[in-house]
Amino acid sequence: MAPLLALENISKRFGAVVVADSVNLALAEGEALGIIGPNGAGKTTLFGIAAGTVAPDAGRVIFAGEDITRLPPERRCRKGIARSFQVPQPFSGMTVFENVVVAAAFAGGVREASVYDACADLLDRCGLADKANKRAGGLTLLDRKRLELARALATKPRVLLLDEVAGGLTEHECAALVTLIKDVRAGGVSIVWIEHVVHALLAAVDRLLVLHGGKFIAEGDPRSVIRSPQVAEIYMGIAADA
Amino acid sequence: MSQGKYQAEHATHSSRIGVTLIGATFVVLALAPFWGDRQTLRLLAEIFTFVALASLWNLLAGYAGLVSVGQQAFVGLGGYLLFALVILLDVHPIAAILIAGPIGALVAVPVATLIFRLRGAYFAIGTWVVAEVFRLLASQISALGGGSGISLPAAVVIAMAPSRQLREFETYWLALALTGAVLGAIVALLRSRHGLALTAIRDNEVAAQSNGIDVTRIKFIVYMLTGFGTAMIGALIFLMKLRISPDTAFSVNDWTAFVIFITVIGGIGRIEGPIIGTIVFFMLRQALADLGSLYLLMMGAVAIVVMLWAPKGLWGLIAERFGWQALPLQRYLVLAPKTEQPGGKP
Repeated sequence: MAPLLALENISKRFGAVVVADSVNLALAEGEALGIIGPNGAGKTTLFGIAAGTVAPDAGRVIFAGEDITRLPPERRCRKGIARSFQVPQPFSGMTVFENVVVAAAFAGGVREASVYDACADLLDRCGLADKANKRAGGLTLLDRKRLELARALATKPRVLLLDEVAGGLTEHECAALVTLIKDVRAGGVSIVWIEHVVHALLAAVDRLLVLHGGKFIAEGDPRSVIRSPQVAEIYMGIAADA
Repeated sequence: MSQGKYQAEHATHSSRIGVTLIGATFVVLALAPFWGDRQTLRLLAEIFTFVALASLWNLLAGYAGLVSVGQQAFVGLGGYLLFALVILLDVHPIAAILIAGPIGALVAVPVATLIFRLRGAYFAIGTWVVAEVFRLLASQISALGGGSGISLPAAVVIAMAPSRQLREFETYWLALALTGAVLGAIVALLRSRHGLALTAIRDNEVAAQSNGIDVTRIKFIVYMLTGFGTAMIGALIFLMKLRISPDTAFSVNDWTAFVIFITVIGGIGRIEGPIIGTIVFFMLRQALADLGSLYLLMMGAVAIVVMLWAPKGLWGLIAERFGWQALPLQRYLVLAPKTEQPGGKP
């Protein structure tokens, strides 16, 4: 079966730094994929390339059989690619509710009033119901991360790109997040998840890839990948708490 | 009509007070010819034009992120359109003001196509260059006085109204009506779907794009709309001045520097900002007018103090501290009250 989202021979360099070196990535429909790698490995850049905020130097981005390499971010969003940002990017002067309304109304290309119910439910699911009418700029980091996820989900994505959403969460919050992500996936959304919190990742993904120096150096079953010598080497002996 | 569990409400307690106050102020101002003298009317009309110009610039720079220092291009364009239409084509001055709007929007299309290729500071400089080109072009039109400018013919001015006093009333009401229309249009825009997108762009352009908003298209629309409004206000300003020249029409100081000052001290990116800013600006101007060039220094000092102590402007400071909004723009989620649903059964 053809992958839902594929990066084909993607290369990207910023000056002398190679952040993607002929990278290939294929996400099957309904799959949940995890990506780990040290800081500066090029993980977030790959998301930028998939979502359209970063233009690759070479290679193609394919979504649902269509070449979207030159499509701007808003068109990709409307096609069903949603992302969360590593550093939350809320519309800080707007209310939390307005934040998700924007995403639902514009990604769906539908009238504003028609998304109110779905947005209210979504805020409830993401634990933000009591803060719906608060200014997004005044949220705590945890709530900003929740909003980041709620807003991405509001676009009704087919592919959800999650960029370090679990960092800084307590054990309890992290478990709730994993449940939510599994739930989203059960709803038919394919997921690519970049994460340093490895145990959260292992609980939710089917396949794990290791990015290092702009290349995938290991790939496969999450629990065996995490124990592989390559991973041990790049993390310099830091044991994975799997 | 179907209605969901939830609906959004715009009004808050503070916005109800705000709208009432604004409505009352409007009525008092509309009656100004009956309580104010000539000087007062002239000053108020000038204030109105600055409220309108600053509100338009705020929409452009504060919301759409298009920091233009060349809006004098459209003020001058409007002014020259007024004189050209009235002198060369015998159009009634008020009709000329209304025609200046659509032409301003049309001219904005090629200008935007050109300068939208530039980003940030380059965009700002680009807008200024365009305004300078407009100024040079205007000085080449010998039928409109070339570089030295021209006055509106006395016959046209006299024909506007039976007496001088009535003509002054007419221009005053025109200024009030146009400014009211500009503000009303901006509020309507911000409350619309486009306004939702625009507010998102104001807060975070990258996130707006990633959430399905066509940022470039919205910016283009906003640039055209401000071209429309600014040209109209420009025509009005020069109907009040009765004389135009390239240097006054395309003055970066009068139509951009002061307008930026007003918007920044009042609160950029908030609809109330330019109104507060204009009031402060004119209070300072009236209070410091006797000080000569010292007055500009004082203005500069005020701008610096406000920027350091209240980087979001005076209204920004108030709004964030008390959560006020004078106009009902934000959407608040409320459970739809069942009894008030249209067609709802008790």
